[in-house]
Amino acid sequence: MKCRKCGAAAAINMRHHRLALCGNHFLEWVPEQTQRAIERYRMFAPTDRVLVAVSGGKDSLGLWDVLVRLGYSAEGVYIGLVIDGGVGYSNQSLVRCRAFAQAHDLTLYTVDVPAELGAGIPEAARLTHRGQQKPCSVCGLAKRHIMNRVALEGAFDVLATGHNLDDEVAVLFGNTLAWATGYLARQGPALEARPGFARKVKPFCRLQERETAAYALLRRIDYVYDECPHAEGSTNLVHKDLLNRLEAERPGAKLSFYLSFLRARESGTLALPEAAQPNSELHACTTCGQPTSAPGECTYCRTKRRVSEKKQAASS
Amino acid sequence: MTATLILREKKYEMRPGMTLRDALLRLDIPPETVLPTRQGELITDDVIVQDGDEIRLIAVISGGATAT
Repeated sequence: MKCRKCGAAAAINMRHHRLALCGNHFLEWVPEQTQRAIERYRMFAPTDRVLVAVSGGKDSLGLWDVLVRLGYSAEGVYIGLVIDGGVGYSNQSLVRCRAFAQAHDLTLYTVDVPAELGAGIPEAARLTHRGQQKPCSVCGLAKRHIMNRVALEGAFDVLATGHNLDDEVAVLFGNTLAWATGYLARQGPALEARPGFARKVKPFCRLQERETAAYALLRRIDYVYDECPHAEGSTNLVHKDLLNRLEAERPGAKLSFYLSFLRARESGTLALPEAAQPNSELHACTTCGQPTSAPGECTYCRTKRRVSEKKQAASS
Repeated sequence: MTATLILREKKYEMRPGMTLRDALLRLDIPPETVLPTRQGELITDDVIVQDGDEIRLIAVISGGATAT
């Protein structure tokens, strides 16, 4: 197969776009597509300060690389989760993030979860019994809280994450199966800032996971290849597998599902109940001040208090 | 006459002469979930698998997304 632009041997064929490109042209195409998404969904302006949440994986490091190549002012935040999984997963992740930041002379903020929450993610999940034997629930909770805090304290205009099309479609599929209207109301490429909440954007939302991986490989970005040891068997991966089997039969099914959803919501065809809308009433957490849906302490602060109580009880 | 496909340390011996895409489908590996490389270079899945080929498949799926 040949590159559509220059006729050289193609490095990747994107069946859903009916487009095959060589390495060089693919490395031009990815930033172009990212820029189009940034503009289409009004994610941020050229002068805005962007905080990129990086994990050491292909998506977040690839996104940081693309934003810098596009000329944006992008700094990184890494959250140390203390996940080992027998492979030193978190350590590997931090090493990759630091190396990338150093090589490109970029600022990387690092936040250590035990210093914030009182324990690493697996220990916090065990102590608080959250998440049905898996630490993913506590992990998501801690990451959202910390990323938001760092973005607000650093006065960044926007927080960018490396979520790709496959991530978005798998979540959309899961939320649709469950008719989770609250999540459906909030899911999208850009989530507006509200008092206490930083603006959040996903510039890779229209790029398939295959494309972000190919970008990282072709740019020779040293990323963590191994999956998070706790992701195995997750519902999210089951949904991704189903959707990829559909995509093999019907190229473009994933992108069409996602874009149709966004259009339906934008046009009002998909009307969600008012209570599920993103501007429903929020309260300030009595401990940290971040917004929470119910009056009193937010879930993160309750989890943190529970970790502290359990550790004190164990040591006394 | 064999070609080898390697995915996450696991080796699959294949009969050469078919396209890489057909080989993947025959192994029940969704082509959307991997990037094939030969001698370190990305290749497309219309490539005909040749005798002696060693094709490494890079898994691209990660499961770290959360509900919001």
